[in-house]
Amino acid sequence: MTLTREVETHPGAASSMPVIRRSRRSWTGWGFMAPFMIVFLFVLLAPVLYSVYLSVYDTKLIGGTQFVGMDNYIRVMNDPQFWDGVVRILKFFAIQVPIMIFLALGAALAIDSARLRASGFFRIIIFMPYAVPAVVATLMWGFIFGDRFGLVANLNDFLNASIPSPLTSSLILLAIANIQVWTFTGYNMLIFYSTLRTIPEELYEAADLDGANQWWVIRSIKLPALRGSMVIALVFSVIGSFQLFNEPNVLKGLAPNSISSFFTPNMYAYNLSFSGQQYNYSATVALVMGVLTMIVAYSVQHFGTRKDER
Amino acid sequence: MFAFTAKKGRIVGAAAITALLAGTVAACGDSQDTAQTTSPADAEAALSEESSLLVWGWDPAIQPVADAFEAKYPNIDVEVVNVGTGSDHYTKVQNAITASSGAPDLAQMEYYAIPQFALSGGLADLTALGAGELESSYTPAAWNNVVVNDAIYGLPWGTGPMALFYNKAVFDEHGVEVPGTWDEYVAAAKTLHEADPDLYITNDAGDAGFATSMMWQAGGQPFQIDGTNVSVNLQDEGSMKWANTWNELVQNDLVAPISSWSDEWYQGLSNGSIASLTIGAWMAGNLESGVPDGAGDWRVAPMPVWNEGDTTTAENGGGAFSVLEQSDNKVVAQEFLEFMTASSEGQKITLDTVDGIPSTVAELSDEQWLNREWEYFGGQQVNQVLADAANNVVEGWQYLPFQVFANSVFADSVGQSYANKSDINAGLSQWQDAIVSYGEQQGFEVSAQ
Repeated sequence: MTLTREVETHPGAASSMPVIRRSRRSWTGWGFMAPFMIVFLFVLLAPVLYSVYLSVYDTKLIGGTQFVGMDNYIRVMNDPQFWDGVVRILKFFAIQVPIMIFLALGAALAIDSARLRASGFFRIIIFMPYAVPAVVATLMWGFIFGDRFGLVANLNDFLNASIPSPLTSSLILLAIANIQVWTFTGYNMLIFYSTLRTIPEELYEAADLDGANQWWVIRSIKLPALRGSMVIALVFSVIGSFQLFNEPNVLKGLAPNSISSFFTPNMYAYNLSFSGQQYNYSATVALVMGVLTMIVAYSVQHFGTRKDER
Repeated sequence: MFAFTAKKGRIVGAAAITALLAGTVAACGDSQDTAQTTSPADAEAALSEESSLLVWGWDPAIQPVADAFEAKYPNIDVEVVNVGTGSDHYTKVQNAITASSGAPDLAQMEYYAIPQFALSGGLADLTALGAGELESSYTPAAWNNVVVNDAIYGLPWGTGPMALFYNKAVFDEHGVEVPGTWDEYVAAAKTLHEADPDLYITNDAGDAGFATSMMWQAGGQPFQIDGTNVSVNLQDEGSMKWANTWNELVQNDLVAPISSWSDEWYQGLSNGSIASLTIGAWMAGNLESGVPDGAGDWRVAPMPVWNEGDTTTAENGGGAFSVLEQSDNKVVAQEFLEFMTASSEGQKITLDTVDGIPSTVAELSDEQWLNREWEYFGGQQVNQVLADAANNVVEGWQYLPFQVFANSVFADSVGQSYANKSDINAGLSQWQDAIVSYGEQQGFEVSAQ
């Protein structure tokens, strides 16, 4: 990998590239961009701008709508319920992501090792949970976790034990992490596996000639090659964790007292909007959360990538 | 009459998108009072013209009533749409009101939701349409629920006076008498649970609707509303009376921590591990359809009282139908409301479709209805008990003008007391804080005691 990179980034290679000059006032390029730009404007930009517009107003049951400037933003900054949710998803991220990445890595390396029989079968099986809709998966796990007539209840009956229900408030975050690990391990495994397949055979041959064993191959060839994919997996996980909504929202039906209305920032925004009719404040929460996610995702990408790749 | 069916874990994703796109800032318009009242002649004329009505609601009795109305007035086309049950329904109604378009002409409104929608200008005041003349048709308790700040925001369709539904087979098996007071109820709870650790007198995982009804019966008046002045005191005598008794039940594991309307709940009712429910009278019909295994085992008794000799009860659930301010066919909508809720024809169709409690005085004292022997309840004349309950509802209760929101955050505070088996009074105080801060944000003058 290091060999090929040096070739790519050789200073001479870049300077010999032909420079394309084009007329400054030509709009032809925009014509090609139009299909994307139109969709981009209406589907992405318009809702964001509309949320910004909402966030500087305040509508009250008594008193109607008023322009309030930055008031909603100041309120978010001082809102303990919002920060409670942010801290919770950070915890969630810290627990769930390492486990998931570790498992995905293990699975990808095992399938790639060529020592596994029927690797295609395992690849599909591990990936399959990703195809199950989050709501269905959560309901299924919810019933497994139930300590009255779920799997936990059966285990308790069978072993005469008293495993606490994973749906109590102290364990519910782990229960959700469990569901997400189950769902996304296969997805990340696939990212890692596809990267591993791109490693040129020559490197393995060279390693073989040097007498490197499997562990050395993993440490010196495979893991460095996986660095880029790991950063991508992390960025996806940041976004996924920060947007946590489906799992807690569905589980709230099964364990109403374990999941508050502000369990995650997204749930908070949802409930502000649809139970409290606080559309303006809800839009503010959503925007602040979007910016936070961007900052964290960008930082992960920035610090995760080596200097020469930035 | 209000069949509350369990619809759990439903994600209103579509509604969310609609709201984000259409959620324009609603001007909180005051409903403009038109000076003249609709005369019978106007109504007659409107009914003979071709027009259509859109009704949103989840009760199975709406469609047959609409069919009968269409048969009576062939020029009127009534379309009934079920957009969801309970909070899903209110979310969609709220979205339509906020978007200033797309609302139905009529919508089902449980009593607790009426003040919120009335104050935000979503519901039409029916006074100008002649609704005031119908007051004497309904029980005072039912009528009280649809009047907000002297304006009429709906007509009562069904009420939910509370009663004790109990599994006689289970009670008999353990030699437990039907409790007449809450003290006896606690004692019965202990006897049942001690006899069999899987057996509970009832379920309660923290339910705002139930809690407020219990405070209501205990004489609590935690919410006082006068115009835009709201005073909240969830630690008044009645509220504390309930909380203290319930502390004993919850902290000693005497009630099953199962949410109502969940699969576990139906299972518990079927297999007898949930031995009774203190709940609105509409449960009679729901038990019959939702817990068929319990046929013959269940009976109905008056709700337990706080002092021996009392006959007090409270409302739990039940609701009205309201005309939306957006409707451009209000005169016909009002005629439909009247047909549905006040005419004996409409009430009869409703009672035939879902077994419930009428809100009209005439139907409540109808001998045939009163003396009906319910096979499901072992031939008991259940309606007699329920009609008695309807006449003994404690007066003076008010819901918050934002009860829908308040109920949605009940689990954040009082629910935590249930989960941690800590003092419910502390949970109520936290709930009060959330209510006060929301009320202030919404521009109410809130005073907390």
